[in-house]
Amino acid sequence: MSTESALTSEDFYVRETHHDDDGEHHHETGTMLGFWIYLMSDCLIFGTLFATYAVLGRNYAAGPSPADLFELDLILISTFLLLFSSITYGFSVLRMDMGDLKGTQIWLIITGLFGAGFLYMEVLEFSHLWHLGATPMASAFLSSFYTLVGTHGLHVLSGCIWLIVLLAQLQIHGLTHENKRRVMCLSMFWHFLDLIWIGVFSFVYLAGVLV
Amino acid sequence: MAAADYSRWDPVFGKLGWDIFPLNEPVVVATFVGVAVGGTALLAALTYFRLWGYLWKEWFTSIDHKKIGIMYMVLAIVMLVRGFADALLMRIQQAWTASGGAGYLDAHHYDQIFTAHGMIMIFFVAMPFVTGLMNFVMPLQIGARDVAFPFLNNFSFWLTTSGAVLVMISLFVGEFATTGWLAYPPLSGIEFSPSVGVDYYIWALQIAGIGTTLSGINLVVTIVKVRAPGMTYMRMPVFCWTTLCTNILIVATFPILTATLALLTLDRYAGTHFFTNDLGGSPMMYVNLIWIWGHPEVYILTLPIFGVFSEVVPTFTGKRLFGYTSMVYATAVITILSYIVWLHHFFTMGAGADVNSFFGITTMVISIPTGAKIFNWLFTLYKGRIRFEVPMMWTIGFMLTFVIGGMTGVLLAVPPADFVLHNSLFLVAHFHNVIIGGVVFGIFAAMTYWFPKAFGFRLAPFWGKVSFWCWLIGFYLAFMPLYVLGLMGVTRRLSQFEDTIYAGYFFVALIGALFIAAGIGAFLLQIFVSIRDREALKDTTGDPWNGRTLEWSTSSPPPYYNFAFTPRVHQIDAWWHMKAEGFKRPLENFEPIHMPKYTSTGVILSGILTVMGFALVWHIWWLAAVTFIITIAYSIDHTFNYDRDYYVQPDEVAEIEGNRTKLLAAEGAAQ
Repeated sequence: MSTESALTSEDFYVRETHHDDDGEHHHETGTMLGFWIYLMSDCLIFGTLFATYAVLGRNYAAGPSPADLFELDLILISTFLLLFSSITYGFSVLRMDMGDLKGTQIWLIITGLFGAGFLYMEVLEFSHLWHLGATPMASAFLSSFYTLVGTHGLHVLSGCIWLIVLLAQLQIHGLTHENKRRVMCLSMFWHFLDLIWIGVFSFVYLAGVLV
Repeated sequence: MAAADYSRWDPVFGKLGWDIFPLNEPVVVATFVGVAVGGTALLAALTYFRLWGYLWKEWFTSIDHKKIGIMYMVLAIVMLVRGFADALLMRIQQAWTASGGAGYLDAHHYDQIFTAHGMIMIFFVAMPFVTGLMNFVMPLQIGARDVAFPFLNNFSFWLTTSGAVLVMISLFVGEFATTGWLAYPPLSGIEFSPSVGVDYYIWALQIAGIGTTLSGINLVVTIVKVRAPGMTYMRMPVFCWTTLCTNILIVATFPILTATLALLTLDRYAGTHFFTNDLGGSPMMYVNLIWIWGHPEVYILTLPIFGVFSEVVPTFTGKRLFGYTSMVYATAVITILSYIVWLHHFFTMGAGADVNSFFGITTMVISIPTGAKIFNWLFTLYKGRIRFEVPMMWTIGFMLTFVIGGMTGVLLAVPPADFVLHNSLFLVAHFHNVIIGGVVFGIFAAMTYWFPKAFGFRLAPFWGKVSFWCWLIGFYLAFMPLYVLGLMGVTRRLSQFEDTIYAGYFFVALIGALFIAAGIGAFLLQIFVSIRDREALKDTTGDPWNGRTLEWSTSSPPPYYNFAFTPRVHQIDAWWHMKAEGFKRPLENFEPIHMPKYTSTGVILSGILTVMGFALVWHIWWLAAVTFIITIAYSIDHTFNYDRDYYVQPDEVAEIEGNRTKLLAAEGAAQ
């Protein structure tokens, strides 16, 4: 208490002599944390869809089962497309840290192409299943399958659109503080979708064919 | 009612048609006339007094957390009047039909009323009340200048408002859901609810729910990242702790609501089979998922209120809160436990004795940390110099009422008892007991307590006391009979009764509802009287209650930057400590303050999303597509704006602080 009572009025407030640096730094860490928390909330949406698939995924309603439908070799290709896209995104971030705008953009474009390839494979798969009569309306299994995989696909699509927007912003403003932060946020988003896909691949496709 | 034809569809107008207006419902038509006249008068007054520009520039586009907080409260008060009108309609109907009359509402209309009542009271009254409160108070208490993401905060508010607007539209355009406030399938599926009611329900909740999730993320990051120097976690006011836990719960549960409603949407719009009775769907899956969100939601509403009482009790007893640490741990334990009790809402599902016992026991365990809180408040009161100001009266009313509600809750947590009482009026009495006795009383305590901080003058205490007594008496009269009726076997959601033995109880409940109406009236009158007498009720000190936490260290209302200098904290109850150490405000050498700019993006985007929600409800696909594309394009356009902040110059700060110095000096001279 002796030190406490020695406090003067000046001890109760902060003089911000370096407000510029502090303010910037402060804001950025907040954005990264906020985006990370958003990702966790998104993870819960996927959690709900996974849980729904776990409960309803065997309700074939006398229709086709995973073993009848899934073609693992094609799924493996799309899995590798997505995994490679995470690696190339990593290269883009490495280039960004070196201050190399062109390199950042080129690796981002490659990442986007991998993402587009993944989406193309998914559209092929869905239209193939649809033609077989395995539509989301056919059984609870197919409803939950299309919704889980499709939600992931929609996320990848949003990621691709974001990526294009970010490329434009990099072109206009270069590697500024804000843009670096945005590259890092999209990076988290992209790796997060990769992680979700690992879950989809093992839980839906691999386990589905095993049964 | 001549049912509208909801099977029709037109490429331009979707399901819209001239028969969708409920013109043969006298109650609705009368309400519409009232709303139309009142609304026109309000709009005319705003135009006449040239307030549109002021509202737009100073409020709608504001990213100031204090103004957003106040707007949330205004939204909640408006929707409280709507939700309570529904309650009164039901009380009249039940008292009427229980005494042998025919009533004045047909079953279809009555079903819409209880659905709207429950949904509005939870999502558009209780939620905006607590969100508004957290928004206004928490940044001030942690010594921050704003929340972490000020624009997002504005956007969240307008998304919530957008949901409320959709629900209000459903009153006059088409109809609302008839399913009960959680819209259980298969009743809420397309087969049994082919009209647009459930669609209004879904899209209103989806839009508002996204707002709530974003606001939750925002407030968590604010507490984690924007606390003043020295404000360690264990020095935060308990209200900030409960805000932190509440927003963690929001982030951890609202996505589940979003996903669950999305699946219901797919069932209704695309013909999938998640919750249908056929082709492998499981309605109980929905019930589980919705309650995995729904039970934590109960604590999302009550935890901030526990925080309010933890601020009010120490202030009005002049003592530090008893058991600060145990209060924090109790809050954290409730946060975790709230996640593992959801199944007690449907013991009757037939999950078996093991599962039911587990959820029964976890439910009862929650009463331990809650009980610890009650004892902490009691021990804070013990030997304190208690001032019976209005917030304190609400607090005492809460403690008595909430304990009763808690005990009937423990009773319902016993699965065999629940099998008897499930979906009876006993349950209805129980949850109104905890939500009115807890959340509503707490909100009134909070509004009275922080009103002078928000507006610079106190609420006139006389009408506050009238409101308190009307609410307290009204609550007991309205809900104690429902406990009895529940034990007599009356189930919820009934619009007609064969037997007249219930008449007396329903009549008493109606009297209670009228008392509550008087309580709401007294509250509105209190606001009016206080605005009229604002000079006499003025608070020039910024610290009208001799408070303990940082929000009382700045002026009332606070300047938009909250604090000229960021406070530095050394103890719990930072402002109390500053006062004890003889703190003097710094009067010169002000520095530039970094602040965000106002933006209209949030209100415009939400407006577009409201149109999109309406288009989706009525299957107007082209409009839904157009508004969706505009939303995306406008959002992307917003990200191209890099110029979002500015510096308040020291001269301006000096002028504002100088004015306060003069006020304080005048106050000092007057004494």
